Amino acid sequence: MKKVLVLGATSAIAQATVRLLAARGASLYLTGRNAANLDAVTKDAATRGAAKVESQVVDLNDFDTHEALVEAAYTALDGLDGVVLAHGVLGDQAEAQRSWAATEAVLRTNFLSAVSLLTVLANRFEAQKAGTLVVISSVAGDRGRQSNYVYGASKGALNVFLQGLRNRLTKSNVAVVTVKPGFVDTPMTAHLPKNKLFASPEKVARGLLSAADSRKNEVYVPGIWALIMLIIRTIPETVFKRMKL
Amino acid sequence: MKSRESWGRYPQVEQQTHALVWRTDALPRKDGSLLPHGLGRSYGDSCLNAGGTLLLTSGLDRFIAFDPATGVIRCEAGVSLDTILRLVAPRGWFLPVTPGTKFVTVGGAIANDVHGKNHHRGGTFGRFVRRFELLRSDGSRRVCAPDENPDWYGATIGGLGLTGLITWAEVQLTPISNPYVLQETVPFGNLDGFLDVARASEKDYEFTMAWVDCLARGKKLGRGLLYRGNFAPPQFDGLPLARSHLSHGVGLAVPMDMPAFCLNRLSVSAFNWLYYHRQNGKPKQRLTHYDPFFYPLDAIYAWNRIYGRRGFLQFQCVVPYSTARDALKEILERSSRGGLPSFLSVLKTFGDIPSPGWLSFPREGVTLAMDFANRGEKTWKLVEDLDRLTRQAGGAVYPAKDALMSPENFAAYFPQRERFMQYVDPSFSSSFWRRVNPVSLPFSLAAERGETASPPPRSLLAIR
Repeated sequence: MKKVLVLGATSAIAQATVRLLAARGASLYLTGRNAANLDAVTKDAATRGAAKVESQVVDLNDFDTHEALVEAAYTALDGLDGVVLAHGVLGDQAEAQRSWAATEAVLRTNFLSAVSLLTVLANRFEAQKAGTLVVISSVAGDRGRQSNYVYGASKGALNVFLQGLRNRLTKSNVAVVTVKPGFVDTPMTAHLPKNKLFASPEKVARGLLSAADSRKNEVYVPGIWALIMLIIRTIPETVFKRMKL
Repeated sequence: MKSRESWGRYPQVEQQTHALVWRTDALPRKDGSLLPHGLGRSYGDSCLNAGGTLLLTSGLDRFIAFDPATGVIRCEAGVSLDTILRLVAPRGWFLPVTPGTKFVTVGGAIANDVHGKNHHRGGTFGRFVRRFELLRSDGSRRVCAPDENPDWYGATIGGLGLTGLITWAEVQLTPISNPYVLQETVPFGNLDGFLDVARASEKDYEFTMAWVDCLARGKKLGRGLLYRGNFAPPQFDGLPLARSHLSHGVGLAVPMDMPAFCLNRLSVSAFNWLYYHRQNGKPKQRLTHYDPFFYPLDAIYAWNRIYGRRGFLQFQCVVPYSTARDALKEILERSSRGGLPSFLSVLKTFGDIPSPGWLSFPREGVTLAMDFANRGEKTWKLVEDLDRLTRQAGGAVYPAKDALMSPENFAAYFPQRERFMQYVDPSFSSSFWRRVNPVSLPFSLAAERGETASPPPRSLLAIR
């Protein structure tokens, strides 16, 4: 990936990915909602060696902007061969259970806005017969659990959409990479008690880029989550539904 | 919550943490006081805040600008010197001053006004800080430079993180033509030998530092090895950049707290004897990568664990040349009599280049640093004796490495203390600061702001 659009570039995983891409000398087009934060990430990338960095403050929940955004990225970087879709919200499960509006907000950001963007980007990449679409999903999409099934559903739906997209775009030489991180130790989770399963954003970013480089299909980062989720998926529903998860 | 430790792991305190993420964010409102905390490489309690909150700056780790033509770098305060070196060394620039570890943040380097092997030539880190932004708890932001808010600039350099949060800083780097150092090791037989060879080396060598065998006594008191060097001239440019020399603190590691019996008088004596005699008494020259030259201990991750659970105390003092010979002799004798061997003792001369920082530690003379495994009262008594000897010699002790200094000694070491106090942020404090200023006990100002003051720590013992 040499010319990369990073959506949601101010998230911790995206920032770590942007740094690695910048150090490789890639050209970047970054988006984020907060102008000051996006500016900090943009200057950091430029200093770390990115060939070119441009950015746009945009709320990706506004679907009408997507077409123009992609066009602007193509123009700024003189083409695109990679996308890292990193925007998303965790939401509040309890709040979502009380209110459809809260549930809809999670689905809108994590699933619908991703689908809208990928619709535009997939057609472009299919036409140019090249490129890598990397989408950050989550292990939470592998099985619904009472503690965060709204978030899980948004990511699970996204996973199925990406499977279909991958199936469609393979013949056009476009890779669709689904990245499923487990717990990530970001500055925002610094107050939470940590266990050995927490990975740093840097580690997730390295896993993400290595998956993108080798055009993998679905990857768990760190790899241990493949085993954990295999076990979780294997538990029969009759047992699973009684578990406190 | 896992409590943060200082590098010496003594004292252990209870405190809250708050992770900072963006440099434009406001400071959090907390009951109790705040203290910026970078990588926690200060040894004692200057990076701790018992009963208050540590502002973790590791999230403020972004670069803002780097000009490879002029060597000026601007970055957020949580960027480590290691991160800076990885960016700038391949482009022909190096830190103008570096301490013995690269795992410190830029904010920490300013707050402690750190020094390095080139103090006699370059002075302290603060001299190369062109400007920085200071965020105060009242929400105000000031750009501080020698010619812009100069008082805030002078108070904050060496100001132990008490004047507010440094959000970003701009530093003038120094050019190098390759990453190699031409290093020479010169043995010296005693303290007089050190003073002679150190003074003689200052003219031709950018970097000097000596390791002392602190168990040698009598005529051999103060014997050791002096390391001196310069960045290699351009004829060595062709050498490949040896990446294997770059330690990132992830290779060798001390995997756990070592049991106390591993470190005793016998093992330390043996180590010191072997180390000294490895040299055969002759000067030796070699070319080395900057990493092992400047950061030998960084290659061993968490080396502080060799001192075990109870941690260790470091003691670093500087004494003026006029009293250096006698004072250092007494200090070395007292510490070797203590029966508590110091594994690593370092001697170095400081030059007369003044620092812009009011509370800066380095001043002209000879500095000695020693580590002592914490064995309780006996160790504290030893360190307090060394403190007393330093004060009698007209010297000073380094707050970044201190856990025991008395308020009276602090006032004697830092004559600009009164002036400095007016610039301390009313919401900022540290365990060190309360210890050396027992009158200004914590949180009175939170009450003045009309907020509920949290109960003070149960007792002064909780602070120590």
